[in-house]
Formats: sequence, C-alpha cells, structure tokens
Amino acid sequence: MAEHAAVIGIGQTDFDAKRLDVSQVGLIREAAERALADAELDWKDIDAVVVGKAPDMFEGVMMPELFLAEALGGVGKPMLRVHTAGSVGGSTAIVAANLVQSGVHERVLTVAYEKQSESNAMWALSIKMPFTPTMVAGAGGFFAPLIRGYMERSGAPEDTGIRVALKDRLNALKNPVAHIKLPDVTFEMIQNSPMLWDPVRYLETCPSSDGACALVIGSEKHARAASNPPAWIHATNMKTEPTMFAGRDQVMPRAGLECSAELYKKAGISDPRKEIDCAEIYVPFSWFEPMWMENLHFAPQNQGWKMTYEGATALDGDLPVNMSGGVLSTNAIGASGMVRFAEAAMQVRGQAGEHQIEGAKKALGHAYGGGSQYFSMWIVADQPLQ
Amino acid sequence: MSEEREPVTRIITPVRVEYTYTPGIASERFLRGVREGKLLGAACDSCGRVYIPSRGACPRCASPTSEFRELSDKGTVITFCVVRVPAANIDVPLPYCTANILLDGADISFTGLIQGCPFEDVRIGMRVQAVWRPESEWGFGIGNIEHFTPIDEPDVPFAKLKEYS
Amino acid sequence: MRDVAIVSYAQTPYVRSERDRNEVEMLMPIIDEVVKKSGIPRHDIGFTCSGSTDYLAGQSFSFVMAVDAVGAWPPIKESHVEMDGAWALYEAWIKIQCGEVDSALIFSFGRSSMGETAETMTLQTDPYTMAPLGPDAISMAALQARSGLDAGLYSERDMAEVAARNRRNALTNPEAQLAGEFDVEALLEAPYRVSPLRDHDCPPITDGAAAMVIATADVARNPSNKPVWIRGIDHRLDSHQLGSRDLTRSPSTELAGQKAGVGAGKIDIAELHAPFTHQEIILKNALGLDEDVRINPSGGALAANPMMSAGLARIGEASRQIAGGAAKRAVAHATSGPCLQQNLVCVLEG
Repeated sequence: MAEHAAVIGIGQTDFDAKRLDVSQVGLIREAAERALADAELDWKDIDAVVVGKAPDMFEGVMMPELFLAEALGGVGKPMLRVHTAGSVGGSTAIVAANLVQSGVHERVLTVAYEKQSESNAMWALSIKMPFTPTMVAGAGGFFAPLIRGYMERSGAPEDTGIRVALKDRLNALKNPVAHIKLPDVTFEMIQNSPMLWDPVRYLETCPSSDGACALVIGSEKHARAASNPPAWIHATNMKTEPTMFAGRDQVMPRAGLECSAELYKKAGISDPRKEIDCAEIYVPFSWFEPMWMENLHFAPQNQGWKMTYEGATALDGDLPVNMSGGVLSTNAIGASGMVRFAEAAMQVRGQAGEHQIEGAKKALGHAYGGGSQYFSMWIVADQPLQ
Repeated sequence: MSEEREPVTRIITPVRVEYTYTPGIASERFLRGVREGKLLGAACDSCGRVYIPSRGACPRCASPTSEFRELSDKGTVITFCVVRVPAANIDVPLPYCTANILLDGADISFTGLIQGCPFEDVRIGMRVQAVWRPESEWGFGIGNIEHFTPIDEPDVPFAKLKEYS
Repeated sequence: MRDVAIVSYAQTPYVRSERDRNEVEMLMPIIDEVVKKSGIPRHDIGFTCSGSTDYLAGQSFSFVMAVDAVGAWPPIKESHVEMDGAWALYEAWIKIQCGEVDSALIFSFGRSSMGETAETMTLQTDPYTMAPLGPDAISMAALQARSGLDAGLYSERDMAEVAARNRRNALTNPEAQLAGEFDVEALLEAPYRVSPLRDHDCPPITDGAAAMVIATADVARNPSNKPVWIRGIDHRLDSHQLGSRDLTRSPSTELAGQKAGVGAGKIDIAELHAPFTHQEIILKNALGLDEDVRINPSGGALAANPMMSAGLARIGEASRQIAGGAAKRAVAHATSGPCLQQNLVCVLEG
C-alpha cells in the first residue's frame, strides 16, 4: 500500500567539538542547504519539515524547532519534532519517509542536529535528581558493565574493542566532515589511551560534536526525475522496550533482534550478511560493533567479535561497517542516527567519495538509544523494491 | 568604514528554572522503608516479579506492583565497571568500582558501589552485602547504603545470572 | 487515504497538582482503560506514539520512563514527539496511512505543577534575541490580546464572556479542574494580571495525561465501540518572531482548517485549544465557525490546561461528543508555541 520513497538529497555540516562560527540557525541551514542543493530543489519545493534532536536541555531551548521554523522554511507548512533518545536521527528520517510513503506529501525535508556547545550538556545529563542518587557515571558508566557482560558470555578477545576503534578511526580519515581525525593512529595508541570506564578506553569512546544532517525524501515521481541517483527506501522499522525490567537482556536486547528481523523481512532479505553490501551502525563504544553484529543477525550469538577479528567489517571486508568512521569519530547526538542513515544512502548513490564501497547496491542504516532500548533502522538500495 | 570587529561568537544567558519533584506512590513507600533501614521490593500484580526500587509498574506487564516485601541486603554482582573519569553527579573519589547487584529475592539489579577488596578481585557472580551508614545519618534515599562489600559465600555461576545481565 | 477512527479515549481527572502519583502511575490506568475499551488485544496494537516535553519534567529523556506504563514487552513499534499529544496522533495517523499498521495507541502527559510553567515557556523563544529579554507565556499572550483589542476585533467584555462560558460548560465535565458560574460584570471588575489580561483570561495550571486508541475501518468496527472517524487532519506553522506576525489572526489555523476540510460540511461543535480567552475568538474566526457552533462543551483549556495533553484532549473531548450523540460533525484544534504559533486542526464525524 505504501508509496515508494527515496532519499534524493543529503547534506551534512562539518562536525567539530564547538562550531562557534555558526548559531543553531546557521548550523541547520548549512546541512539543509547542502541537502537541497544535492536534490536540486529550492525551499519552496518542500511540502513539510521534520526535525529531530536529543534532549532540549543540551542547548537550553525548549522545543527549538519553533524558533528554527523560519530558518527551515517551515512557515505555512507542517512541521514535526521527533525525540526518541539516541535513535532520534534515525526515527526522524523514518517519520519523514512515512510522510511520503503515506502519499500525504511529495517532498519532505528532514533535519537532525545537536549543538551541545551552546549549553552545558554534561549538566543536562547529570542533574542531581532527589531520591535516587545514582552510581551510574554517564553513558560510559551505564554501557561499560554491559560490555563486560558481553565479554563474559562471548569469550571475545580483550583487544576486540581496540581493533574496532582502529578501523573506525582509519575510516574517518577518508571522511571530509568527520570530527575526530587521528592521522597517525595505531593499535598501541588506542591500547595505551586512558581507561575511562574499565573496560572502555578513551579512544574506544565517541566524542561529543556540534553538527547537523539533513535529507530530502521524495516520492517516486520526484526520485525518477532527480538528476542525482536516488537511494530507494526498501524498508524502515522502529522498536522499543522498557529500560529496566525483570529478566531483560540488556546486552542483546530483544527490541534490536526483532527490529532487524522484521526489517529484513519487509525488504525481502533472507541472508543479511550476503545480501547487504555495507552497514553504517550506531557504535558509541567500540565493543558495540561485535554486539550489534549479533543483534543485527549478521553473526551467530557470541560470535560477532569474529567478524571484527577476521576483518569482515573493514572497508575491504565482506560486510564493511561504519565506512564513515562512525559515531566513534563524529557524534552530534541528535544527528548521529541520521548520519548513519545518510551514510547508507550515500553508499548506494555512489556518493561516498574515498570511503565508497565499490558497487554498493543495498545498505543498512541503524541507530539505537536510551539504555539499548530504542532502535530505528532502514534499508536503502540503488533500485526500488520490486 | 568602521574599525575591524571581532565576530560575536558567544553570548551568555543565565537561566534558572526550579522544579519540585515528587517521587510517586511506590517510590515513596520504598524511600520510607530505606529511612528505617529496610529494602522494600514490590511484586508485580500480574507476573509476580519483584522490583527494587519499584516505580509503581512492572514495565513488562504494565501492571501495578502492589505487594511490598522486605528483601535481604545481600546480593550477587551481575556485572561491573571501574570508573576512572569524573561525573558531575557522583562525589566518590576516583577510581571506583560500580556494579549491577541482584539482591536476594529481587528480579532486577540496581547499581551500587563495591568496596572492601581490590578491583582485580571484583568478578561477575561475586556475593556482596550492603554496608550501611550509621543510623543517625539515614535519610530518605538509597544513599543510606554506603557501599557493598564482598562476603564469604561461593560465587553464583554465570549461567544462573545471564537472565539478569 | 484509509479511513481511521478514534475508538477510545481517556484522561486523568485534571488537577492543580498530582502530588502523589508519578507519570507512570498517572498513565497506567488510562492506557489500560483505552486499550480495554478499544477491544483490540494490547499486543495487537500496531504502533504507539507519545507527546511530552523534558522542560516540564525538569529532566532529560523524561519520556523514556513513560514506556513503563505501556507494557512494551514483547518490544513495540514506538515513537515520541517533543510536542503536544495531538501531533503524536498525527504521526500515528501517518503510520496507518502508510499501511504499515492498522491501529495505534497515543498518549501524552505533563505535570506543570513541578515548575514555573509561564517562566519555563520563556525558554521556548529565540535563545539569542528573545529569551534574554525574559518574556513569559502570559506576557506574550497579553501582547497578542492587546493587538486584537486595539484593532477593534473584540472587547475585554467579549473575552470575559469566553471565560464565563467555558467554565460554565465545565460544570458538566467531571474531569475539568476549574468550573463554575461566573458573572461577567464581576469578572471585569477584577484587576489586570498582565494588562489587558485578567486572571479569568488565563488558563489554570494543570497536571494531567490523556490516552487514545485509533484504528482503521475494519479494526474499528467492533460492535462494542462507536467509532468516530477522522475525516481530515492537518497542521501548519507561523513565524516565531512575534514582530513579523499579524497577531490578530492565525494564518496557520486558517490554512490547516482548509486542508482538513472544516468547511466541507456543517460543524456542530468545536473544541479549540485556546489557553487564553482572546485566542478562542481568533481561532473561531480562523476556522470560519458560525455563531451556532457550540464551542468547548468540555470547558476547553480555560477549564483545564494540562500542558502537552491539552491539544490531544480537545480531540478526545470532541470525539466523546460525537460518540455520545451530541454532535454529528466536530472540529478539534491543538496549538503549540507562543501566541498560537503552531496549529493542528482535525475534523471528526460520527
């Protein structure tokens, strides 16, 4: 029943720790204008706008899409603001795709961003709540024990995380907009970087970046008319489970397992490892690459680390993962999910420059958020789904 | 033309917003228990699983957790990490070890500080017990437990804990 | 477009302060109620979407814990908008239009009592040029009220009559917070709160939550329910800059009303999300409502203004009027942002 939809324009800002050269307005315009230029469209061609962002307290503005309305050409148009924790960039792209797939709109602009440098994001994340003094030291303090749980159950070699980090940091050198670039990065450099949340080292974690990502999603008519190749959206999916409940497997969340299984089914994929050419997934701590390889059904349970170890996820492997350098290299939180979705689309459009996977026809974009509980994913391809 | 000017890159707008928090019915019951040195778990009306602290609902059933029961202050380390980086909301000197601890009689773990042994000795399956602050310092908060310390009981095999990790 | 109906709606009794219950404890009973009333097994509901804002809760990621009230196990398809629940309804309606699901649970919640809502709303304004000046929500509404008074579009008496009527209507709504018979003359003798607004022109501070189930024709035709059909739904936005807007009008409501098809038939009742008295008059004009349209039989946002739910509540209240046989065709409206910046219009039929 759903109409075909495709990504017909992609724009990313340059990412940096502090983009002091632009306001929030300038930041989102930078991404949106690049996406519109790629789509060869003007502001007036856009029917609706969908904005995604992580917590408002990161910038200190309540529902900032309201003040950004004009900058996004939103006046007189429908505008939505999505927030699904760390997966928000992905969910936002899915909502935008749905606006086209439903037949309600023809061309939708979607923008996701974060500009944490404008407020005190650490404060926003660690407000001392009464009654429940927590012993969880930020995201690292939450996820490090889960990583230890994965190491225990899988028996993965201790340097798996270092290998992932090295691969992603080398990939980032090929990505002109990546935030963290370490030209002389080595295995030893990562190994010797400070242990922050044991077993997670400094260079195995993501930075926090300022930046934005924008997509233009068009209907079949507009995708076929576009002069740049479209990335056809074959399937999208979102799944959620509660943060904490008795019997929850936080290491290998069922929401992720089911989200990807349903996604492949919708996209007509029966063997994801064979049929998907590359995957850009949300890996904020390097160990999540092997964990998500299993959660995404690319590897059997407890064997995801072997893919990293054998080089399967490298640019020249059989399933390249995080060609852009990933979240480890660039992390404007609200935008991070959309950057994953955008990278998947860039690959199948043949647009990824130095980090292009030769002949990529079908790609996965993946994001997750909260306590490994919100998942959003899509499959894009160079041809529409038959 | 005018003299060269530096671009404006920052303005600072101080913001102050105040909130009055209330814990909710189930959490209040838990906090009143902790004030008296009791750890009150609450069982789901549908599936019977025991939450501590309960926020009033069993998230897997969306059922209230009406029945409160006192739990032991002994438990098992489900997983842990050693923190070597400061966090604004935690006043413990670095480095320190935090663990997800499954109290005996509970079906969900919560986070506590592990002290009383070297970090190298902390392991998944290790048995621990709460070390409470002096009673005179007790308030309405889980902070009444200063930390957890290892006790001389055999480790719980990982296979028995996997469901809680 | 697929035919989609509201099959059940529930809301918490609206109060000044939910001191005892947390958000999950507020939501659990009403979600349970709408799911049961829908006749659709909980795990068969295709999609869930909620609306809320961290700045009311004073906490980042505050919507995450609300999932505890849903029974998201096995995992569910779920999304969240940092907007009033009316827009969560819109996202869910779109999801159904994609053919991906046939039913959806929508809910929203907010406890304004936790903070200083009018001042918190200052943080909704442009952080570079407007927020540093500190305009609060009531002062901005007062600017808008003044522009209409000066243009001769309505009088302070008209505004007081809006207040009196809404709160009189609320007498028949057991879940309303502020209801009663008020004498317009007496109201007009009260001092200004922020000129030209008096206390009666402003909404109460309300804690509350709302929940709804919608479904496609085949699923909604459960003999135990009387479905209320969503015949049109659209939302539009105006500029954020008050200085560049004609505050006496609401162009985005006019446009959304046209797109939603308000004028395609006779409207019996309207539920308008007008937290301030003069805004009801602006909205009535923007939607081209006749004099015989009954406005806000529930008492509207002047009788209870649960932030983040007040818009969804208008749609829910209008659906109750139709389901109860008091109306055949209704228009419901939700707003967001300073001075009616963003507006959603929904046309419902029995």
